[in-house]
Amino acid sequence: MNSTTPRSEFLAGCRSQLPIIMGTMPFGMIFGVLAVSAGLPQSLAQSMSFIVFAGSSQFVGQQMLGVGEPALILLLTTLVINLRHVLYSASVEPYIKHLPARWKYLLAYLLTDEAYATTIVRYRQGGELRHAHWFFLGAGFTLWFSWQLSTAVGVFLGKEIPPSWSLDFTMAVTFIGIVVVSLKDRASLAAALSAGIVAVVAFDLPSKLGLMLAALIGIGVGMMVENNRPIAQPQADKSTNAPHTNFHE
Amino acid sequence: MILWLTVLAMGLVTFAIRLVPILALERFPIPPRLRQALRFVPPAVLSAIVLPELLRPQNGPLDVSLGNLRLIAGLLAILVAWRTRNVLLTIVAGMGALWILQAIVNRFA
Repeated sequence: MNSTTPRSEFLAGCRSQLPIIMGTMPFGMIFGVLAVSAGLPQSLAQSMSFIVFAGSSQFVGQQMLGVGEPALILLLTTLVINLRHVLYSASVEPYIKHLPARWKYLLAYLLTDEAYATTIVRYRQGGELRHAHWFFLGAGFTLWFSWQLSTAVGVFLGKEIPPSWSLDFTMAVTFIGIVVVSLKDRASLAAALSAGIVAVVAFDLPSKLGLMLAALIGIGVGMMVENNRPIAQPQADKSTNAPHTNFHE
Repeated sequence: MILWLTVLAMGLVTFAIRLVPILALERFPIPPRLRQALRFVPPAVLSAIVLPELLRPQNGPLDVSLGNLRLIAGLLAILVAWRTRNVLLTIVAGMGALWILQAIVNRFA
C-alpha cells in the first residue's frame, strides 16, 4: 500500500462490498415488495431507500406507515432502531475529522452497518491513509447503489404478489435471522430475551409505548448481565460485536 | 403529503444520528456507559419487534397454541438461524414453513 490514489482506494472500497451486497440485495427486494404490498405508492417506497437508507428502520417504517401509525411514534421508533449508528459515526470520526464539511456530510449519509464494517477494517489496517476516505466513499456508494437497485426490483414485483403469500411475515423472519446470528454473548442474549418478553406483555400499551419500554428494559438487562460478569471479556472478543474506536474518553 | 413529510423526517433523524458524532465528538465525547448501552440497542429493539409478531400474530391476543402457524414457523426460523448463522437461509426456512403449514391447514381444515 505504498502508492495509493483516490481511484485505487475507491475501487478497493467498491470491491470490499461485493460479498456483502450478495446478502443485502435480497433484503432490498423484500423491502420493496413489502412496502408496495402495504399500500405505499411505488415512488414513496423507492424514496424511502433513497431518503432514509437504513434497512431495519425502513422495514418497520413501511409497516407503520401502512397501518397509519402517528408520525411521531414512527420517528421515535426510527430514532431507537438507528441509534446504533452513533457508535459507527464516533468510530470513524478520528479518521475523517480533517476532511472538508461536504465530505463529512456525504460520508455520514453513506454510513451503514455494511459500509462501516469494511471501512473500519481499512482504517485500522493503516499504511497510507491519505486517500482512505475514497475507500469509505467506494464502499458506501456500492452499498447505496445496490440498495436502490434491489428496492426498485422489489417495488416492480410487489404489485404482482397476492396477500395470501403472507409476505408481511418476511420482516419477522428477517429480524430473527439478524438478531440470532448477532447474539454472541450472554449479555446480548439476555437483552434480546427480556426485551422480547416485555414487548409481548406490554403490547397493548398505547402508541407503541410497549416497544420503547421493552427496548429500555432489554438494554438495562444487557448492561447488568455484562457488568456482573466476574472476569472482564477480552477486548478482542468484544470487537466482533461492537465497533470500538481509537477515541479515548 | 403527510406520508412524504414523515419519510423525509425519518431520513433527517437517521442522517442526524450518523452525522452528529462526526461533527461534534471532540466537544461532546460519548460517556462509556452510553457506549455500552448502545451495543444492546439492536438485539433489544429487533427482538421486541419480532416476539409480538410470533406470539400475538396480526396484533391479536396472545396465542401460544399449535394453531398459531406464525409461532411455529418463527421457532423453526430461530432454530435455523442458530444452527446455520445464515440470515438468508433463515428467511427461506421461516417463509417456507409458514407456506407449507398454511397449505396443510387450508386443505384439512
